[in-house]
Amino acid sequence: MKSSSLAAKAFAIFAKDLRSEVRTRYGVGSVALFAVTSLVVASFAVSPYALESDAQSAFLWVVLFFSSMSGLSRSFVKEEETRTSLALKLSAPPLAVFYGKMAFNLTLMIAVELIVVPMFLLFMDVSLKSYGLFIVAIVLGTAYMSAATTIVAAIISKANSKGTLFAVLSFPVTMPGLIMAVRMTNSALAGLGMSSSVSEISGIIAFTVMITVLSSMLFEFVWND
Amino acid sequence: MFIKYLLGIWMGAVCLAAFVWAPADATLGEISRIIFFHIPTAWVSVLGFLACMVYGVRYLRSRDEKDDAAAAVWAEIGLLFIVVATVSGAIFAKATWGAYWSWDPRQTSIFVLFLIYMAYIALRSAIDDPERRASLSSVYSIIAFVTVPLLVFVIPRLPGIQGLHPNEAIISNKLNMDLKMLAVFIASLVGFTGVSLWMFGLKMRFVALRLSDKAEAKEV
Repeated sequence: MKSSSLAAKAFAIFAKDLRSEVRTRYGVGSVALFAVTSLVVASFAVSPYALESDAQSAFLWVVLFFSSMSGLSRSFVKEEETRTSLALKLSAPPLAVFYGKMAFNLTLMIAVELIVVPMFLLFMDVSLKSYGLFIVAIVLGTAYMSAATTIVAAIISKANSKGTLFAVLSFPVTMPGLIMAVRMTNSALAGLGMSSSVSEISGIIAFTVMITVLSSMLFEFVWND
Repeated sequence: MFIKYLLGIWMGAVCLAAFVWAPADATLGEISRIIFFHIPTAWVSVLGFLACMVYGVRYLRSRDEKDDAAAAVWAEIGLLFIVVATVSGAIFAKATWGAYWSWDPRQTSIFVLFLIYMAYIALRSAIDDPERRASLSSVYSIIAFVTVPLLVFVIPRLPGIQGLHPNEAIISNKLNMDLKMLAVFIASLVGFTGVSLWMFGLKMRFVALRLSDKAEAKEV
């Protein structure tokens, strides 16, 4: 197959998911509410004080990880629940489905972060010193999470207990990226520049590329099962 | 049958030699005897997971039910040995570093390996259809295995992460490790690998019986 038609099909699937999300707002609603709730609870608990920067960065990623766990599996589970996966199998090659869903998950996470991250900065009384590194940490960490969890979402959409299993299966896979993202965020909050995190940045990019390539190689076995 | 008794005698001799024959390390003292048990079990647990992944790849190529069963058996064996390795490591950590658990990079990586095994087994128990279970768990074992080298080799080398685990010291000392210690260590490594292979053979005989039972039931 020509690569241009693959990209076009992947984009069509991405556009389809986006359209159905815009109509129902199910994913954004549940993920964002989960994130905001946990954020408010923690900020309420520590309210008169500000946390240390390492606790803040760990907390931000705990919120992002678990809120993404509540919504990212949706893209595949939805296809199984509404029994549209067979139609999708007929109309697009597996790789297009994989990349389309991955792009959708990434977009969903970024949309949620546009709400949650400013709230985090506000509520947790964060004095952000290096904006550049902070944004890089958020973007790369999110890219890694959506790359690693897309195939896990495809796997669990065929299992019995979908909700809890997703977090259980995703955690070991996302752990290396989360460690790097927490360290980068911590450096950003502590006011260290981009040069302090070169090895984390290159490491997380390498992980993301690796896990994306491997998942796209293996996705066919999951999808055509 | 003969192999089984040989293995029993071998492991008995290794245990005896580890406590009686081999001398204790000069700097670490009696606690150093842990290397005769901790490293071989950690080695077998990683080996088990590697084998689980390899059988997963083989299943995806062959679609043979036996390959999938072998992958599951290796995951069970690996889980057993990883518990032994983690607990013995934690006891060693308490004796030398003062705390059972301190998120040393090695402890992090063995913990993630443990989580992967548990997730793999949870995934298997959540799917009813055997073929679907086989292919999905194979894919998961491959994806999860890729993160293991990252955790073992990349994360500990990040600047600012200091390890307490004495592997560097032991590896650099290996040349002047006492000859008796080295002999017992290698014998133990061979012995534990043998035990895991024997367990694997035993389980596979059971699997073969179950599969042939199922085939007969289908014919009737």
